[in-house]
Amino acid sequence: MQQSNTYIIVFSAVLTIVLGGLLSLANQGLKPMQEKSVELDTKSKILSAVTDLKGKKGQVILDLYSETIESIVVNIDGEVVEKDEKGAPIVAENVDIAKNYKKAPEDRLYPVFKFHQAGNKNKVESYIFPIYGKGLWGPIWGFIALETDLNTIKGVSFDHKTETPGLGARITTKEISDRYIGKKVFNDGGEVVSVIMRKGENNPASLLDEHHVDGLSGATLTGKGVNEMLESYFMHYEGFISKTKSNASEKVALLY
Amino acid sequence: MSTQTIEKAVEKKPAESVFSKRRKKFVNDPLSDDNPITVQVLGICSALAVTTQMKPTLTMAISVILVIVFSNLIISLMRSLIPSRVRIIVQLALVATLVTLVSEVLKAYQYDMYKELSVFVGLIITNCIVMGRLEAFAMANKPWDSVLDGLGNGLGYSWIILAVAFFREIFGSGKLFGWPLFEAMGIEHFPTNGLMVTPVGAFFILGLIIWVQRTKTGYVEH
Repeated sequence: MQQSNTYIIVFSAVLTIVLGGLLSLANQGLKPMQEKSVELDTKSKILSAVTDLKGKKGQVILDLYSETIESIVVNIDGEVVEKDEKGAPIVAENVDIAKNYKKAPEDRLYPVFKFHQAGNKNKVESYIFPIYGKGLWGPIWGFIALETDLNTIKGVSFDHKTETPGLGARITTKEISDRYIGKKVFNDGGEVVSVIMRKGENNPASLLDEHHVDGLSGATLTGKGVNEMLESYFMHYEGFISKTKSNASEKVALLY
Repeated sequence: MSTQTIEKAVEKKPAESVFSKRRKKFVNDPLSDDNPITVQVLGICSALAVTTQMKPTLTMAISVILVIVFSNLIISLMRSLIPSRVRIIVQLALVATLVTLVSEVLKAYQYDMYKELSVFVGLIITNCIVMGRLEAFAMANKPWDSVLDGLGNGLGYSWIILAVAFFREIFGSGKLFGWPLFEAMGIEHFPTNGLMVTPVGAFFILGLIIWVQRTKTGYVEH
């Protein structure tokens, strides 16, 4: 059956409006739930860099987060930034790392999440930094937690958008993140050497010193992305790290 | 009184039962004899990509079933209204809408799954099975028949990808639904096969399934 052009145009227009309306309705209706999911996901990722969240869910994680995390935002020199250009206060959790990644390193905002004992803000147990970079197919990101010496890695959690399932996507697993625990960021001279993922899997232990971890078989390029991401962000956070270190040593000096 | 009503009903052409033999065929055929993956060889892309583990595969299977069933139903309801010259784009628009809805719901309630499946949920739009059923069946058949046809094809697709995922997860990661199967059986260091984790592994398993199936059904490619 051949319909007239008018019919086709009217039909298409109505269809577009109905389907479009349906989609925007669903988008609006599901938005609060989606935002909560994203918030929970971000906070779980931050916390999972320092603690094991196994068995914890939803509100428990959000409560734990508000009890144990204090966040600040610094610039590349390690100075605390509290307000943006328009004078609005900056919230570390809302800083979009992906958007900041597009700016030049010296213009970016760098959130720092301080993990402390529940209820005791002064007793910082570790510092958590968000990181961002390029994997093989798309962006990769994560959080890396350093011990109070700001050198030893306490934990990491990686995430990705489109890495190959089963290969590069393995960076999100505990198996991989556990490999980073206890590795060192700086050498004895205080320079950033970062932690490098080796090529290939099951490397001999002699190759896996305190600056190297075992690689991902079949995902060398994702590993390379992780290496670049880690190194560049250690550089970016160096300002904050050295400032915090010297503050800490001053405090120690005052005690004596 | 009651006899009269029965007589009247008999006078009319008896309505086909909801699950008549003819309709059962819509569901049963795609499960084996006319399976969309193993016989028609459609939807291979996602069958290779998402089947490394059971969990995402199950989510994918449910999503595809929902999309096929509802798009079949809606297209079949509208089939006399759809202008034939733009029918493909109408089908595509509908499928895209349904897939986006599925993706949005996953994002709200199953965020981890949403992240894991990432692009593959969106790629249901281009899954040839969905568009193929709309064009070949829903455009020319009644709504209920179309729903059954969609269900049959969805299940036909699902059981194959679940079977592939079953073997890939067991031999590739030594797990089942993320549960360490071999450790539970007391085998500490099960040698997992890296090939199974790559899409190539899915090809092998798919090939074996097709082989077994065609030996059983005697199907020959013409």
